[in-house]
Amino acid sequence: MYNYTTFDKDFVATRAAQFRDQVQRRIDGSLTEDEFRPLRLMNGLYLLLHAYMLRVAIPYGTLDSRQMKALADIADTYDKGYAHFSTRQNIQFHWPKLQEVPDILEALATVDMHAIQTSGACIRSVTSDHFAGAAQDEQADPRPTAELVRQWSTDHPEFAFLPRKFKIAVTGSAQDRAVTKFHDIGLRLVQNASGGPGYEVSVGGGLGRTPMIGKVLRDFLHREDLLPYLEAILQVYNQIGRRDNKYKARIKITLHEHGLEDIRQRVEESFALQRARFDGADQDVLARIEANFKPPAFKAASTSRFETQRANDPFFNAFTKTNLHPHKNPDYAIVTVSLKAHGATPGDASSAQMRALAEIAKRWSHNELRVSHEQNIILPHVHKGDLPEVYEALRLAGLATANIGLISDLIACPGMDYCDLATARSTNVAQGIALKFDALKQEHSIGPLKIKISGCINACGHHHVGHIGILGLEKGGVESYQITLGGDGTQNAAIGKPTGPGFSADEIIPAIERLILSYLTLRHNASESFLTTFRRLGPAPFKVTLYPAKENQNEL
Amino acid sequence: MTLKSALQIITANDLLSGEVVYLTADGAWSCHHRNATIFAQGAQPLKHLAEIERGDTSVVGAYLAEAKVGEDQAAMPVHFREAFRATGPSNRFIGKQASAA
Repeated sequence: MYNYTTFDKDFVATRAAQFRDQVQRRIDGSLTEDEFRPLRLMNGLYLLLHAYMLRVAIPYGTLDSRQMKALADIADTYDKGYAHFSTRQNIQFHWPKLQEVPDILEALATVDMHAIQTSGACIRSVTSDHFAGAAQDEQADPRPTAELVRQWSTDHPEFAFLPRKFKIAVTGSAQDRAVTKFHDIGLRLVQNASGGPGYEVSVGGGLGRTPMIGKVLRDFLHREDLLPYLEAILQVYNQIGRRDNKYKARIKITLHEHGLEDIRQRVEESFALQRARFDGADQDVLARIEANFKPPAFKAASTSRFETQRANDPFFNAFTKTNLHPHKNPDYAIVTVSLKAHGATPGDASSAQMRALAEIAKRWSHNELRVSHEQNIILPHVHKGDLPEVYEALRLAGLATANIGLISDLIACPGMDYCDLATARSTNVAQGIALKFDALKQEHSIGPLKIKISGCINACGHHHVGHIGILGLEKGGVESYQITLGGDGTQNAAIGKPTGPGFSADEIIPAIERLILSYLTLRHNASESFLTTFRRLGPAPFKVTLYPAKENQNEL
Repeated sequence: MTLKSALQIITANDLLSGEVVYLTADGAWSCHHRNATIFAQGAQPLKHLAEIERGDTSVVGAYLAEAKVGEDQAAMPVHFREAFRATGPSNRFIGKQASAA
């Protein structure tokens, strides 16, 4: 875990105090809403459908027990006893009162947290692999790089008013769990032929109304060149990114309009100038940051209770089959805690559940927690011998749902239940799908499947990269849900393709059921996943099952 | 946004709580859509809206919303977005619907 320095603490406390003054001036009428709006957005405060929403940064999804407990306390003291973990590894409070937000920011500052740059046309909170520093398949820990990027991008004076928001993700594994190909900049930690550390840099990925897969701008960037190179990309974007049309303002459009070679040339020219400005101080900072991310002191103990309990308890056994991921240390496991109990709102956790997670992490996961972009909580370092106790503690908190990677482990933005941009609800669809397939007792036989649901074209629910994507729109004054198939947010990046006309709120769950039943008959065998089957067969047989009447008409 | 309905209400969010509010006949703000004053589409609601935007610092983002008259003559939302604003999230019994219970 990164520990705040005195500088960090002072900066965050100062920003909280500044915002207290700004709120006071808004309330006493000194500031108009037009004047106040950019100030509140810089501090993560939105005004949504029913109330204000405060988005708190959890940089690269990493937090400790003390911080999780503080978030639970905020949920109880200033909100309605729950909070929402977002698809950007952040946490959102959906019911704060304006005059109490300064108190919330002050409370956050006491545990080294803030809401800075969780909104606005700036470099947003950096995201990363939620298994960072723990995964068996990891080649290099992305967290020091993510922290370096966080420090560099926080309050960067030149990049406070970009053409549009800007998102950077970092991964250190070949298996891309951080969706790096769909970020403005995606960084992959790699080595060159001589084993030197560096990055593959992708640019121009994104979801939203114009989904695009990031393109590799540099296949190898030396580690010490990272910040000047990022600076060069941002300078080019800041200068030529469009400001005349917000829908064409993201760097993906800049790249698309200018072409990869043009952007590469501009970035290299800027980089040549920037490089000289970096005298190595950034590498000293990186070295200090790395010292914060040493592996915890893993214990040497028997794991026999793990196997014994698996043999004796079928529920525990089921949990271990879906919710564990291999850890670097063979005696340890990474536990993914599902925030998708069947029928629950994806990503929501009660304050009691957040406190339970804080306590469990403190006792059994070296004090560490992660938030995944798939809206689950990770316990990154659990000794296998402790897993029976961890499972029992999770079960008592209603957090032991064994569904990670299955159909009910779907992600969904808050949609029209909260968001003022939404054109339809998304959580109702998520709940409906989870309940339907739980009732059918089919989700384990269906196997790995990622359904992602967005309540508008902005795609916070990542529907473009869902194996099955669902986009909620308004059509003729009612909610209409469009299905896309074949999306993939990993290193095999693919954008899902729309199947055809949308379905009403009443029709969408039966449509998904038809789709899944069709897959079960089409797959070669139980080990062929939905995505593999789709890639083998293409959309045609799935369209037939989605639109049976129409297809039949066409055949006549 | 083009409004199709001939009847309109004025709605906004309260500055402090962010709660959805509706303009009443006496110029105050109510948390309940049933208390909203209903305007015929035309100059009058636009005049009220302009006055609110100019001088009412107690609310944020006032706008005209389509409305219809309920069985008891009270204002009812037309669009489903306004229906959610009038009740609260559909995924949780929370917000206005819980306050009214």
